[in-house]
Amino acid sequence: MLPKYLFRKPKITLEDAMNPNADAPSAPDKMYVSCPGCKAMLLASDLEASAYVCPRCGHHMRMNARKRIRLICDADSFSEMDADLRSDDPLHFPEYPEKVQKARKVSGDVEGVKTGIARIGGIEVALFVMNPYFMMGSMGTAVGEKITRLFEYALEHSLPVIGFTVSGGARVQEGILSLMQMAKTSGAVRRHSEAGNLYIVVLTDPTTGGVVASFAMEADIALAEPRALIGFAGPRVIEQTIRQKLPEGFQRAEFQLERGFIDAICDRRSQRDTLIQLLRLHGYGPRAGKEAAACRHTTE
Amino acid sequence: MQAYDRVSIARAKGRPTALKFIGAIFEDFFELHGDRLFGDDGAIVGGVAMLGGKPVTVIGIEKGDDTLDKVARNFGCAHPEGYRKALRHLQLAEKFGRPVITLVDTSGAYCGIGAEERGEGHAIAQCITAMMGLKVPEISLIIGEGGSGGALALAASNEVWMLENAVYSVLSPEGAASIIWKDASRTREAAQSLKLTAGDLLELGVIERVFPESDGFDALYPRIQSELIETLDRYAAMDTAALLKQRYQKFRCIGGQL
Repeated sequence: MLPKYLFRKPKITLEDAMNPNADAPSAPDKMYVSCPGCKAMLLASDLEASAYVCPRCGHHMRMNARKRIRLICDADSFSEMDADLRSDDPLHFPEYPEKVQKARKVSGDVEGVKTGIARIGGIEVALFVMNPYFMMGSMGTAVGEKITRLFEYALEHSLPVIGFTVSGGARVQEGILSLMQMAKTSGAVRRHSEAGNLYIVVLTDPTTGGVVASFAMEADIALAEPRALIGFAGPRVIEQTIRQKLPEGFQRAEFQLERGFIDAICDRRSQRDTLIQLLRLHGYGPRAGKEAAACRHTTE
Repeated sequence: MQAYDRVSIARAKGRPTALKFIGAIFEDFFELHGDRLFGDDGAIVGGVAMLGGKPVTVIGIEKGDDTLDKVARNFGCAHPEGYRKALRHLQLAEKFGRPVITLVDTSGAYCGIGAEERGEGHAIAQCITAMMGLKVPEISLIIGEGGSGGALALAASNEVWMLENAVYSVLSPEGAASIIWKDASRTREAAQSLKLTAGDLLELGVIERVFPESDGFDALYPRIQSELIETLDRYAAMDTAALLKQRYQKFRCIGGQL
């Protein structure tokens, strides 16, 4: 007799999305990793060298914040801000403390975003990098606070902000306080922008929900990684609402470029060079941010 | 009364919608249609009206009256063109120095193909950013459902008020139960845990005022009217820098210092 499960469809649940080992092999403790794009077996050491981009099909795998910082910034130039800032359980939401504990264990980080000051090609920038392995970069009070403080610091010191987003949206367990982070961060982005400072965002897979409806879509320049899912509502929610299957490529970076919501798609392996080019084109040079900004204003 | 009972009341058929409030509280309302980019979204209504003898901008999320009207207004679930219409109203308000009053009642921004194609997230972000920096006073009143980003898009104001049985949440209790616990039967528990009632939100410092509904809506409209006039007078006396600072600090401090 055939076993019952033979014809059962594999169920992809949100739990899998939050489990770093489910489909996105990032920090391979193993020797070989199967590419989620082309299923090729790749040597883990090769992957590290190719910035977690599949050398065969170009699939951009998820990447934790720490590795991304190493990839983008000048060596040892990143100094982290608010490294210990974390949210408690402000609403006393059932099972939330356990979930956060687990996320901290899995990711080795205390929260879903890293912020700090760094140099890229010698240029001083304020940097935030969200972490897909911490509750899928969901935005709670700590994530919102860290990003707000970064923009406030960048405003005070006339620094450009470079941000890498990855997020499933607001952190439901922090309820309305998560929602309020959208207003708070938007306010800080606006103040930074009105003072004439540059903000470049790099949207990575996936960037959705409350982060898209706030600081991810408020940059002067929006780049995205190839095939990154970018949208307000997640594909599953849309499919449930309209009771239809979504077309191939829907909400991907290429789709967003075609619709006019991003400026360019940028391969991870050339992101550092692209960022340096864009910073230079906006008058930033390898000096302290303030001097660079002063220089920029006098040439205007 | 449990949190979910309030959710049911907030969603109940026959509860007055935004246009009813506009008609009862303001005078001489003239609706201005369209976003000048794509179309006219019936889920968002907006225009100019008089309040206490002074012109104001009013923007509401309208769920619709009878079935046909509800369908035409997509049950109060706005598309990007709705939020871009609201953005136009905000800009007009600033240009002419009119205070803004928004009436929020939506289960959320619409989740569909067209909405995503036209940038729902971008449109909401534009609205929030505009509200956070608008140089005129803003007051928001949540009259029914305050559903997530689609509600916040029109509620980044100097003050946010709620009716006693209105709810305001990051996600519907149904959505929270299914996302967190994958168990629809825990909806009531999710409603309780989300802290979405007016009383909870007042305690959390998210809103400034709650209006009791026990005397009925006809008694409520004049009360809201006089509170709006009084509060807007207070904000009119503030200079622009103080007004913007008050709004920024308000959202900056929600949730307390970490």
